[in-house]
Amino acid sequence: MTNNKRDFLQSLWDFFCSLKLTMSLLIGLALISIIGTIIPQGSLPPEYVQAISPAKLKLYKTLGFFDMYHSWWFILLLYLLTVNLVACSIKRLPHIWKTITNPVTIFNSALEKSLSGVTEFPHTGEPAVVKERVAAFLKIEFAEPVVTESGGDWHLFAQKTPWCRLAVYCVHLSVIIIFIGAIIGSVFGYKGFVNIMEGESVSKVMSRSNEEIDLGFSLRCEQFSVAHYASGAPKEFKSILTVLENGRPVPDYTNARVIVNDPLTYKGITFYQSSYGNAGNYFFTVSDLSGKNPVPLTIEGKSSVTLPDGSSLHVIEATRDVAEFAPGLSGPAAQVELHAANGKSESFVVYANHPELNIQHAQQHGGGPVIHYKGAQERMYTGLQVAKDPGVEVVWLGCLLMVIGIYAAFFMSHRRVWVRIQNGVVTIGGNASKNQAGFQLCLDRLASKLKTDLSGEEKP
Amino acid sequence: MTSSLLFNVTTFAYLISMLLFFAFLASRAKALGTAGMIAAYVGLLAQTVAIALRWKESYDMGVGHAPLSNLYESVVFFAWTIVLIYALLDIKYKYRVIGAFVMPFALLGMAWAQLGLNTGIEPLVPALQSNWLLYHVITCFLGYAAFAVACGISIMYLIKAAFETGGNGSSGGVIAMFPPIKVLDDLNYRAIMVGFPLLTLGIITGAAWANYAWGTYWSWDPKETWSLIVWFVYAAFLHARITKGWVGKRAAWLSIVGFAATIFCYLGVNLFLSGLHSYGGGK
Repeated sequence: MTNNKRDFLQSLWDFFCSLKLTMSLLIGLALISIIGTIIPQGSLPPEYVQAISPAKLKLYKTLGFFDMYHSWWFILLLYLLTVNLVACSIKRLPHIWKTITNPVTIFNSALEKSLSGVTEFPHTGEPAVVKERVAAFLKIEFAEPVVTESGGDWHLFAQKTPWCRLAVYCVHLSVIIIFIGAIIGSVFGYKGFVNIMEGESVSKVMSRSNEEIDLGFSLRCEQFSVAHYASGAPKEFKSILTVLENGRPVPDYTNARVIVNDPLTYKGITFYQSSYGNAGNYFFTVSDLSGKNPVPLTIEGKSSVTLPDGSSLHVIEATRDVAEFAPGLSGPAAQVELHAANGKSESFVVYANHPELNIQHAQQHGGGPVIHYKGAQERMYTGLQVAKDPGVEVVWLGCLLMVIGIYAAFFMSHRRVWVRIQNGVVTIGGNASKNQAGFQLCLDRLASKLKTDLSGEEKP
Repeated sequence: MTSSLLFNVTTFAYLISMLLFFAFLASRAKALGTAGMIAAYVGLLAQTVAIALRWKESYDMGVGHAPLSNLYESVVFFAWTIVLIYALLDIKYKYRVIGAFVMPFALLGMAWAQLGLNTGIEPLVPALQSNWLLYHVITCFLGYAAFAVACGISIMYLIKAAFETGGNGSSGGVIAMFPPIKVLDDLNYRAIMVGFPLLTLGIITGAAWANYAWGTYWSWDPKETWSLIVWFVYAAFLHARITKGWVGKRAAWLSIVGFAATIFCYLGVNLFLSGLHSYGGGK
């Protein structure tokens, strides 16, 4: 290998190990992420497309702004971050590993100089005897020491939670595990959607990328219902579902209740309550202002119907009893939207039991046709989110590791104490990987306790 | 006694506390600092009882749920967590003057909630009917509160640093009351050290809930994305500090930027962007 090549590899390695790269990536990812929260993602609303210039639209599309978090350069940054944290870990881990598994047990003068706040006090005992006492003392007060003899002096070394130095690598590893879980999910899993009419069953769902996916079993919607609070706000959306294998209901999955926040899982595929609608027929009559010449009118589900005067009508929502929304009124009602031939549109409520309100509305709005609601033949369908994600367990494992790692990295510290026993002198020192000042106080207390301990036992 | 009366008492106590801390700054009379702290504790106690009472009141109304379900309740809870974190800081370090820079955040929250937001107890919409609500909101807001305290301390740091470099090394007056500059820097780090794990837990519980309710633990919804942005900023702060020794002014600025992102994540996303957390929006 030539020198140049080695220099290049070395500088490439240094680049991936550098904290500057980490900082740039974290800040860069933060800034780029903002784009996707401001610019609409996925399928664009037509109003948005009209509002921006074609050049801008093309530019944003090329840069992947409309699918920011899956654009090649966002993914590239995530890969760079992964390489960066692996490289940093590889670079620093051997040294840390050595500190943990192969600690310095000899308290020599070089080590003593590197420590701050070393305490010394005289003793009168035989070093070999004092050593035993100090060892017993450390075992009770701190941790079991390693005792070494070197050049006639005794060296004791004790440590607490050395492994917490690994915590930060545990956090780095957890990020990688989460990424792996996400990749497993995107390769082997899918997200889809399906609408099922009451009484009907489906065996295929539509994925987000508009592909048909065969479930391998069928799912029947027995019933869908909405419950409301007294205020009219929705209380519960509930689907009663049955899983069918070869057309036969599966015992434990018959008439299963699915509500928001309580999904149904069968063979690794989970169904979540997501939306609903009515695909049944709505019945109306259209009359003139005096209420005469009624003409029946039927609207199918969400479709629009053109009235004789050229305007079109569709149903937004209907209820069997309007009393829960409008106290004092009763009976069925429908909220409809009317698009007049002149381009104007308005949304209003028409009633079954209150024809006078329907006439009043028509009079106030240009005397157009009077619309009376006659009720609906309800045919509800439930809209279910469908997900299969075999990577999710891996993601949770990563999250667990991250929480443990962050806790250990911030709130635990590797504490080390060295004691040297020479003829007539005991020297004690130590350090901590975090909160050195706090540890110094503990060490000072430990030293003074040891001093009284030794002098107390020598006297009697 | 009703919760709304107690919330008014709380707001008043925080106002008094803040004014006492300001008077403490101006006069340097120790008694005022102690009085300010007592007012803060009175407010915290009143608010704790009020939150518990509101919880009970919701059960009396037959729509029982933890008072963490809309913007009003979350702002009130945010103010509570800020004062709680500050009280813990005070018990441990006893730097009274920090109150003058933290209590305004709590007062601002309470005043806005009491005067500007819809205070009614509402039943839970289906999306929020889950125990995850409790874990998710508590961890997130404790994290946010720690960041708020860190931001207040960072502002103190920058003021003190500006005065000290401004010539008269040991400046008198108000600034002399501040804790030493190194202590402020350390407290900033400690507050973020508490906030970061809590934010991490908040994001994870949110992901777990999303997975349980919608089948996706992460869908790049604006709220999720902004929480990740906040996480990136504080992760950068911690890396810069631990391995590069970024302390002092740069750390203080990063802490303030982090809190600005936090506030946008909490309020900005609901007020300016649309997404899955829309029920947290103001009415």
